Amino acid sequence: MKMKRAFIVILALLFPFAGPGFGKEAVRIGLITPLTGDVKTYGESAKNAFSIALEDYAKTGKYQIIPIVADDRNDPTEGANAALKLITQDKVLAIVGPLTSKVAIPVSEYAVKYKVPMVSGTATAEKVTIADGKRKPYVFRACFIDPFQGSVAATFALNDLKAHAAAILYDVGNDYSKGLAEVFKATFENGKGAVVVFESYQKDDVDFSALVTKVAAKKPDVVFLPDYYNKVALIAQQLRDRAVKSVLMGTDGWDSPELVKIGKNAIIGGYFTNHYSSERKDKVAEAFVRQYKEKHGAAPDALAALTYDATMIVLETLDKVQKADAEAITKALSELKNFHGVTGTIGFDKKGDAVKSAVILQVEKEGSRYVTTINP
Amino acid sequence: MEFLSYTLQQLINGLQLGAVYALIALGYTMVYGVLRLINFAHGDIFMFGTFVAYFCIARWHLPIYLVFMITIGATAALGVLVEKIAYKPLRAAPRISLLITAVGVSLFLEYFLSLNAMFTPNYIAFPRPFDVAGYDASLVVVTNIQLIIFSVTAASLFLLYLLVYRSKHGRAMRALSHDQETASLMGINVDATISFTFAVGTACAGVGGILYGFAYPQINVFMGIMPGIKSFIAAVLGGIGLVHGAVLGGLLIGVSEVFVSAYLSSTFRDGFIFVILLLVLLFRPSGIFGRRIEKV
Repeated sequence: MKMKRAFIVILALLFPFAGPGFGKEAVRIGLITPLTGDVKTYGESAKNAFSIALEDYAKTGKYQIIPIVADDRNDPTEGANAALKLITQDKVLAIVGPLTSKVAIPVSEYAVKYKVPMVSGTATAEKVTIADGKRKPYVFRACFIDPFQGSVAATFALNDLKAHAAAILYDVGNDYSKGLAEVFKATFENGKGAVVVFESYQKDDVDFSALVTKVAAKKPDVVFLPDYYNKVALIAQQLRDRAVKSVLMGTDGWDSPELVKIGKNAIIGGYFTNHYSSERKDKVAEAFVRQYKEKHGAAPDALAALTYDATMIVLETLDKVQKADAEAITKALSELKNFHGVTGTIGFDKKGDAVKSAVILQVEKEGSRYVTTINP
Repeated sequence: MEFLSYTLQQLINGLQLGAVYALIALGYTMVYGVLRLINFAHGDIFMFGTFVAYFCIARWHLPIYLVFMITIGATAALGVLVEKIAYKPLRAAPRISLLITAVGVSLFLEYFLSLNAMFTPNYIAFPRPFDVAGYDASLVVVTNIQLIIFSVTAASLFLLYLLVYRSKHGRAMRALSHDQETASLMGINVDATISFTFAVGTACAGVGGILYGFAYPQINVFMGIMPGIKSFIAAVLGGIGLVHGAVLGGLLIGVSEVFVSAYLSSTFRDGFIFVILLLVLLFRPSGIFGRRIEKV
């Protein structure tokens, strides 16, 4: 019901732009995103960016796009069901999303099975495009991958923060969190750092007192928290409650306005790796940031920027091949080079991943501050 | 010295968690005492209590004593309502029907309250009505939240003790748990007493819900599941149907959970708790304080 309503709203939004679209061939594009649940701000950002991308495309595009938005609740089962519905009932030509790796992994299986191209903006876990060492055809992403992200974070901790000892807390049931924790540990230890606490928790945990006391006893220089903003804010609070003064570090999962709202002072000053900074100087980026701010009153986060890029990649590829055909689009996607997006220049490598630089941001009271860029 | 201080600190962490489990376990045990029913919806009533407290604090900005009063009233009302609608019509039905109904009520509460028009399925920040402060007692650091949890739990237990062992209602409750038929022959109003028991048991869960919100300030409609299951294990461990058993069981489960995380690995934590349940059911199904069940 809710989905249908969202769909009608989007159609209504698009209506003024649909004028010149009459007579164009209609094509359905699906977006899978978490509109409710533990990471709902990701989904909201993505949905906003998706509709901006469709508006931009409608000005010059050769096709009339019918968008279909599905909510995955950041739940792998829910996401897989949504994908199945989009593919078999709505007959979408391509899927944009899902946003989180843990949902993107099961959805990618359906993309491969039903031969539907899928471009995720933000799913960074390695397993999204690879299964048992084999490349999944039809699956692409517009972002860098976790082995890179985790090593960037560890290198930053070693070189810029001059950290010698690190504590790592991660969600054992989340491929994204677990993958990052392992890469960070390996890179940090390679650089002569010591990982003094390496502990996991479960998705629904709220009591971290045992782990926090463990961390407090070891007094590490940094605490690495590779998880989504909700959990991070909660852990950060409990760390500060017990007077742990270590620098907090994280990854792109931190990128949400809710992080500071929930974490308050506990999280301010923490560093995290991200895909882009909204202060980026670039024609496409500035235009998008301006448009987004006008419509939604806040600077777009990386989730918005990458979803915009992912959507534009799909739509521009569609215009390039001029055929509403999944195979042709997939082939063109795998040859994509030098796409000029909001987050930088995007091209897909053999594994369907984008090779891009990462930025380090620092959490501030209002949003975040750009610190540095690290190239692959 | 360092080891001692670390252990004591973890012990306090465990007692903090255990105190909340104890409050929830009381509801399981009291309801079991009078109805021989495991009320699986109890964890969700606990969640409801946290949400009521959230609305009192975040939306209506009420003073703290009103937060407690309204939450206790609301959870008790929900408990009685659930009993009247779902369990009372099944009083004569086999016990398994009652159990299945309890699971149904639990799922209903979770998914109905997760509708966007209700509490939404989102994670919500629970605003603490005070700032966290730590008191350094040389060996350990105690936070004001822990002090609040310990004192509120102790006060609730004392009140409950008076109610169960020193009041007429309490005597009716205890009589009912021994033998329902005989109790009714002695002029005890069975339905009213059962409702009263539900009200008291769920009110305890409400208090637990408020304290939980203070300690772990992030709430959502599915938050009651795990604490609910663990408190149930606590009630079984202490001896289901026994008030002091629930308290001791809650504290034991809380402390062992924290100690497993502290000295082994957090990955084993939940597994360990369920192993406790298995061992209790295999070797001492009536719990620590329970009398051995004699075979007839």
